[in-house]
Amino acid sequence: MRTLILSAIAVVAIAGAASAATPPAVTLTLKNHRFTPATFTVPAGQKVRITLINQDPATEEFDSHDLRLEQVVTPMGRITFDIGPLQPGQYSFMGEFHAETAQGKVIAVAGGR
Amino acid sequence: MLAAALIVFREVLEAGLIVGVVLAATEGVAGRARWIAGGVVGGVAGAALVAVFAQQLSEAFAGAGQSVFNAAILVAAVAMLSWHVLWMSRHAREIVSDMQTLGRKLTAGETTLMAMATVVAVAVLREGSEVVLFLYGVAASGGGGPLAMAGGGLIGVAGGAAVSFLIYRGLLAIPTGRLFAVTNGLVALLAAGMAGQAAVYLVQAGLIPSLGDQVWDTSGLLRDDSLVGRALHALVGYSDRPMGVQLIAYLVVLTALITLGRHIGTAPKASRRAA
Repeated sequence: MRTLILSAIAVVAIAGAASAATPPAVTLTLKNHRFTPATFTVPAGQKVRITLINQDPATEEFDSHDLRLEQVVTPMGRITFDIGPLQPGQYSFMGEFHAETAQGKVIAVAGGR
Repeated sequence: MLAAALIVFREVLEAGLIVGVVLAATEGVAGRARWIAGGVVGGVAGAALVAVFAQQLSEAFAGAGQSVFNAAILVAAVAMLSWHVLWMSRHAREIVSDMQTLGRKLTAGETTLMAMATVVAVAVLREGSEVVLFLYGVAASGGGGPLAMAGGGLIGVAGGAAVSFLIYRGLLAIPTGRLFAVTNGLVALLAAGMAGQAAVYLVQAGLIPSLGDQVWDTSGLLRDDSLVGRALHALVGYSDRPMGVQLIAYLVVLTALITLGRHIGTAPKASRRAA
């Protein structure tokens, strides 16, 4: 019985550590007014941390009507922000100042990546 | 050049609308031109400052710096607008009678002018920092001809100023006796919309729950990132997919201002004079 309780505690502890250690994160790069990756998949139902690295010498505004988000990134700057938790589906985003080329899409899927 | 003008105009539209409403709402208060011009200048200076520290700002609060900052200045603006609504509820009658019978201006309006100058500064700062960053980026990358871009920027800003002027003149067409009832309603709606927007920023920063991600979806009817949608968003807080907490903040502020304003407006004359 004692072993059972201890192993149960161990399992809970490991599960907790695992979920804390791997929060979903995505790094986007902006170069020549294009996002890389332009399309990426995230797990639905949880927050995802986005890091956007701007390699252009121009200011950009990460703008998404679908995600309800506007974030300014300075020339050669970098920003970090959270999106979600999202329902499964597609969410488009763009760089508002160079919308002809700077377009992208987030795909949220249920049950992990 | 046209592309730059359009981007800049889209950014300054909101500030332009707010300045126009503020101008109409402070009609007849002595010394307002100075205060509101001061608000614009302060806003531009603040925008430049924010632009300089944009990188540091976005790194603050574990990456939520931009959201927290926007929420904070919006809350400040809501407080100032609320102050104005309540002040006006008390003084509108004096201003109107002074304007109508004596043709002179109310001289005791410094406090509300200070509040409204702050609102103007906040509006200009919010949109202005993006314009500054955009134009700076254009200048730094040297693409598309800096002169053409600067020209585009100027046209965009002039467009925003024209919006201010049109809204202001349009509101002045309202008969003096009813002007402040209308502007007070408009200012209350401005405040409610900003309160809702502040709530959205706080949700984005992970500080409060959304209480429902989208209560309804009218983006098929009118997207809030279209030009008309943006104008309505700035004026009455239109949102095509409002969050639960955004609606609550909106309704709480609007109801509180209408109720309190009415209460103050109908208070007995003796207490109104004493207060």
